[in-house]
Amino acid sequence: MAMDFGYVRKDFVPAKAAPGRTGGPILWAQKNLFSTPANTLITVIGLLFLAWAVPPIYNFLLGHAVMPGGTVEECRLEGAGACWAYIHARFNFFIYGFYPIEEYWRPNIVFVLLAALIIPLLTPSAPFKRINALLFFIVFPIVSFYLLNGGVFGLRYVPTEQWGGLMVTLIISLVGIICSFPIGVLLALGRQSKLPIIKTLCVMFIELWRAVPLISVLFMASIMLPLFMPAGTSVDKLLRALVGVTLFTSAYLAEVVRGGLQALPRGQYEAAASLGLGYWKRMYFVVLPQALKHVIPGIVNSFIALFKDTSLVSIVGIFDLLNTVQAASSDIDWASPTQAVTGYVFAAFVFWIFCFAMSRYSLWMERRLDTGHKR
Amino acid sequence: MAVHDNFSGPAPRTSLLNDPVFRGVIYQLLVVFLVVGFLGWIVLNTAQNLAIQNKTTGFDFLFRTAGFDIGFSLIPWSRASLYWEAFLAGLLNTLLAAVIGIFFATIIGFSLGIARLSSNWLIARVATVYIETIRNIPLLLQLFFWYFAVLKAMPAVRDSFLLPLGVYVNLRGIMVPKPLPDHEFTWVAVAFVVCLLAAIAIGVWATRQRTRTGRYPASIVASARIANAVVTFALGFIAFIALGQVIPTLATPMVAAAGALVLVGISFTPYRPFVGAFIAAVLAFTVTGFLLPGMFSSVPPAILLLVAAAIGLTVGWIMLERIGRTPVDASKFPVALPILVVVGIPLALYYLIGAELAFEVPVLQRFNFQGGLQLPPEFVALVFGLSIYTAAFIAENVRGGIRAVSHGQTEAAQSLGLKDGDRLRLVIIPQAMRVIVPPLTSQYLNLTKNSSLGAAIGYAELVNVFMGTTLNQTGKAIEVVALTMAVYLTISLLTSAFMNWYNGRVALVER
Repeated sequence: MAMDFGYVRKDFVPAKAAPGRTGGPILWAQKNLFSTPANTLITVIGLLFLAWAVPPIYNFLLGHAVMPGGTVEECRLEGAGACWAYIHARFNFFIYGFYPIEEYWRPNIVFVLLAALIIPLLTPSAPFKRINALLFFIVFPIVSFYLLNGGVFGLRYVPTEQWGGLMVTLIISLVGIICSFPIGVLLALGRQSKLPIIKTLCVMFIELWRAVPLISVLFMASIMLPLFMPAGTSVDKLLRALVGVTLFTSAYLAEVVRGGLQALPRGQYEAAASLGLGYWKRMYFVVLPQALKHVIPGIVNSFIALFKDTSLVSIVGIFDLLNTVQAASSDIDWASPTQAVTGYVFAAFVFWIFCFAMSRYSLWMERRLDTGHKR
Repeated sequence: MAVHDNFSGPAPRTSLLNDPVFRGVIYQLLVVFLVVGFLGWIVLNTAQNLAIQNKTTGFDFLFRTAGFDIGFSLIPWSRASLYWEAFLAGLLNTLLAAVIGIFFATIIGFSLGIARLSSNWLIARVATVYIETIRNIPLLLQLFFWYFAVLKAMPAVRDSFLLPLGVYVNLRGIMVPKPLPDHEFTWVAVAFVVCLLAAIAIGVWATRQRTRTGRYPASIVASARIANAVVTFALGFIAFIALGQVIPTLATPMVAAAGALVLVGISFTPYRPFVGAFIAAVLAFTVTGFLLPGMFSSVPPAILLLVAAAIGLTVGWIMLERIGRTPVDASKFPVALPILVVVGIPLALYYLIGAELAFEVPVLQRFNFQGGLQLPPEFVALVFGLSIYTAAFIAENVRGGIRAVSHGQTEAAQSLGLKDGDRLRLVIIPQAMRVIVPPLTSQYLNLTKNSSLGAAIGYAELVNVFMGTTLNQTGKAIEVVALTMAVYLTISLLTSAFMNWYNGRVALVER
């Protein structure tokens, strides 16, 4: 006979009634919106907030907005929403800046080339990665430069002062990432190096650029770079900004790559050394392929940061997307109360699309690379 | 067969070139040679360029008259001020924007981070939409939006918006009442600080006693009961006055005081939870009843009043379940005691010594506002933009930190019988903070660096005043850039020093 414990139940628990619902929207709402009194309260407050905030935003963006094809008089009416007609009218300016209209086909070819090269590069299953990367990182920038700048093969010369809009935003971010990537990898390797002088130099370089704001780097690049060059050399304004952005980004990339290098087990370094490989072969064949694979999300994130930061070049007088929008907002032909806001919303939307797509890509890559070997 | 011993005897002779140590030295010498050569080249070029432009170097320009205007300065500023004062004014403006931005960004960021993890689907979605929208749009664009599209679109001075508490909003920024503390008020401020320290000391001492003996000391419990009664009285009084907005008879001080006394009386009976529930319900009702008509002007007021009443009742119901039935005893932390000490004693002193804290309300003169504290739109836009932008990143750090605490910790805390609040406070948050603080510090650093974007909207911060105006006027590019960068470098190094110290302090001690 079992002992009689006060806390041990002697009889069976009566069966519970079957739950009324096992699915459906009502159960979902009960679980996710109204599970407790506090939850219900939060839901109600949230709904009140949405009811307050969403209709005006909707009315501004769509409801009362003046669609492309509208006139400036409609935009000037009392209570008119966003003036999309203005965006439509100045669209080419926002994309190409002051680039000559008859030469628009040149940036267009560059855009198409960019899409044709970057999509297979970012698709893990696409073949010919090596050739693709070679084309994208080396051939594409050279071809694009001659195509946009002209002056060769009978193409008309277009100085960089006339470049602008989304085109320049893309150029700065792409050049920034392409040039800063090798520098960043070298800096990261230098920082992990056992040679004290090289390590110190790399640490100093990285920490200096990471400590100062990009805007001061751009100021410095646009003021000091001409001073540093031999007397009589003139440095293109866009090039100055590119140098500043590249140095700045390479320091951040170096820290990202360092994370990957540190995450690699010691055994990989030792295994590579025991094969008798020299330093560069060790890094190139064994360490970097694994380390870089780990930090692809981090690299994409610094690319997102760089893409957003390109808007700062407008402060040193380069006509990127933000600056064209800013300049167009004082356009008398389209003067209306919502002109400035519409421009900002458009620019914000363009930036948002790019950054959001990249962040989704980075998340997807993270999940793909997550092979489930976590402890 | 004799085994050949490879390990003893002199090492085999190899070429010096294959010796890793020797190679390392050679490489480093090479790098040093290249770097020094490059720097030397730059210095030579710069010297040559400066000679061509007939420029001198040196920091003596700092002691010359600046002769330009700074729109917003914390130190007295006139056209006769010197360049080093301009440097200081810019630095202080940078720090001011950074500190205020950090304050708001932390509050918004933590709320959003927790909201995104909420089990409430709606709130989690709203927080997600905020974060995903804000952090994918460049900060500069947001600053332009706030400055040019919002603050510059405010009405002219004559048609300023009047917000509660005498705050005016117009094209020239936000005008708030300026506090004018008199001489006696200093003592009240001192008393506040002393009481704050005392309250912390009492709390620490009481908790230690409890950890040692299992209960709070009798003296604490007794004074907590008194404090509880006083705080209940004060809150009840406020609740009745607030209710007086709807039922005017309750607003008279005598009636409100009598009602509050009844509440205090009830709080010593087992019906205690009803007191807290009543106060909470009334306060929630009046606040929402005040806010809703402002938010929905097209909906009939009666419906809004009903919604406010429903919200008030729900809050009351929730509080009813949260507040314990038993009066303050030795097992609960006396929350009312520190509140009374920190708020009550300075307030009593305020009336006792007859201190006065007057407010200078901004008054519309013919062309502009006189008096009050005028916050320029540049400053407001910068603080707005920085807080809202950085908050999105802080929210992600907070979410990551809380998610990093394994679910087993939650279960372990639950199996110990901890309530939800205690579980968060004692188990989850301390472990999450270990993960949150390092990225949080770097977000603070980012915010400080990003405050330099104020230059783009004309806020007189360091980069604007020094790298902009001063550099343009003096042409001392190298000195100005070096000084500005040195400031940011110092801030950054101090931050990373703090981070290292913190990491060392909270690092897990592993077996």
